[in-house]
Amino acid sequence: MHYLLQNPERVLSLTIDHIQISAAAVMASVAIGVPIGIVLTRLRFLQGIVLGIAGVLYTIPALALFAMLIPFFGLGFKPTMVALILYSQLAIIRNTVSGIETINPSIIEAATGMGMSGMQLLFLVQIPLGLPVVMAGIRMITVMAIGVATIASYIGAGGLGDLIFEGIFTFDTGKIIAGALPICLLALLSDRILVKVQRRLEQWREDFHIGTQSKES
Amino acid sequence: MIKLENVTKRFANGFTAVDDVTLEIQEGEFVVLIGPSGCGKTTTMKMINRLIDPTAGRILIEGTDISKLDPIQLRRRIGYVIQEVGLLPHMTVAENIALVPRLQKWPRAKQMQRVEELLNMVGLDPETSLQKYPRQLSGGQRQRVGVARALAVDPPIMLMDEPFGALDPITREQMQDEFIKLQQRVQKTIVFVTHDMDEALKFADRIAILDRGRIVQCDTPRAILHNPANNFVRDFVGTDHTLKQLSLIKVKDAMIENISTVRLEDSIHNVRQLFATGYRSIVVVDEQGMVRGYINREDAEKASASQRVSEVMVTPISTIAHDKSLKEALSKMIRNDAGYLAVVNEQSKLVGIITSSCLHKVVGEPYLDSGIAV
Ligand SMILES: Nc1ncnc2c1ncn2[C@@H]1O[C@H](COP(=O)(O)OP(=O)(O)O)[C@@H](O)[C@H]1O
Ligand SMILES: [Mg+2]
Repeated sequence: MHYLLQNPERVLSLTIDHIQISAAAVMASVAIGVPIGIVLTRLRFLQGIVLGIAGVLYTIPALALFAMLIPFFGLGFKPTMVALILYSQLAIIRNTVSGIETINPSIIEAATGMGMSGMQLLFLVQIPLGLPVVMAGIRMITVMAIGVATIASYIGAGGLGDLIFEGIFTFDTGKIIAGALPICLLALLSDRILVKVQRRLEQWREDFHIGTQSKES
Repeated sequence: MIKLENVTKRFANGFTAVDDVTLEIQEGEFVVLIGPSGCGKTTTMKMINRLIDPTAGRILIEGTDISKLDPIQLRRRIGYVIQEVGLLPHMTVAENIALVPRLQKWPRAKQMQRVEELLNMVGLDPETSLQKYPRQLSGGQRQRVGVARALAVDPPIMLMDEPFGALDPITREQMQDEFIKLQQRVQKTIVFVTHDMDEALKFADRIAILDRGRIVQCDTPRAILHNPANNFVRDFVGTDHTLKQLSLIKVKDAMIENISTVRLEDSIHNVRQLFATGYRSIVVVDEQGMVRGYINREDAEKASASQRVSEVMVTPISTIAHDKSLKEALSKMIRNDAGYLAVVNEQSKLVGIITSSCLHKVVGEPYLDSGIAV
């Protein structure tokens, strides 16, 4: 605990770095993965191959992936972002596809039957109703990004991993704790917040077959 | 208005769901497609708004081949109601109803005004329901919203696929009765799918009976009850076809109109003279013509001549509204163990009586049909 109490500014600034890396990676992953997922719901024959590739990427160990990326992207922030984005694609693409494809077909049919264009259907119906499932994917990759970003400090990405690695090499338990504790808190906190968001969104997905008795609010 | 010419639909798996169907629907006509599950009703209907495109044949709306129209524009001119309702769960009742107006880029104020108008039309209170989400509504309320949504831009055509099929029997009857009234107001051309013959008889100008993708008979309800084209239709109509006929005829078309009545303040002496002409029971009315009760011959004979009708009469009397069906009249007579029912109009004034012999006459004498039908 010593280190944490004696160097709160350093821990804080590394925490902020850590949050920035993870958040940037999550946002970039969503910005890439969601459109890919949407395209896959329209071009279903590509689903197998794209999800297959994303699945393979997901299984590569972090250090091995970094090693493969360094020749192309060098050290530091860039290869870290690329690695996090690659890891995230499976969860984001798969959840986008299943979020959209598990929407009650009668809702889609009614919306189409009322004269919605493909784009209107996408933005007014499929995205809002698919969102809770995408959100579950975002939760997964957020926790993953916070963890993997720790390892990425090994290739110079910065963040709380720095403290942990320094601690390991200098046998300084205080430093390890000063790095690990904020990481745990960060992961727990962001998961709690995202669960809340997901629950909020999920109420729309509640199944809508007639026969389900209405619930009074 | 809508014309299906030799329309066939063969699905990708080779199954022919609709087989050479030809059907012409007039403007303002209410046509019911009926048949057992899987006979191609939904497929036929979905070809009209191009949710499914036919394999062969063509469909014309107001003379235009719909395969040449933009499906999106076509669908916005056709109201569509399905059994599962298909309300958008993430939108409020108001947003759901205003959906097509919104797609059509109506100004906001006009959208809101229309939503209120429609909610009133389908019997929902705008005040309490506007901001609710579909999951906060009962099945019947959702279906009302579904109907309101389909009517939003006042489309000339409505397609309705078992819209009341999933409701409990009481709600269903109520919705059906309200829907008949609504249709009388809005006068749409309606294609309605059901597998319930009673529902078909209630609504239809014409019924098209489908079997394995083909129309086996398309005719007025009466003609179908009286002259089923083949055994399939006969079986489908069912053995209670006499009862079904009763459901087609309104009380006011079968009642005895010129009946003798007595007033509350009449004396028994006068009433006895009336009974002498052969009546066994006479309806008692007040000065406004409202039904108050009835008086029996035996009671009139036992009472003293100076008594008033109001002292001897029996209350209450079983009544029925003149726009109900004979089937409802019959069930009320059985339920109330009444020999006859007093028929009242919208103002609750006596307009006639209905007796069991009225019912016999209608179902017993085939020649009557030409008089009442169509
Ligand atoms: N997309 C499809 N592919 C293959 N068969 C279908 C498809 N849609 C419907 N069918 C079949 O076509 C038949 C008619 O279906 P439908 O029109 O929905 O019947 P219903 O009269 O009950 O509304 C059914 O046997 C159904 O299984
Ligand atoms: Mg059907």
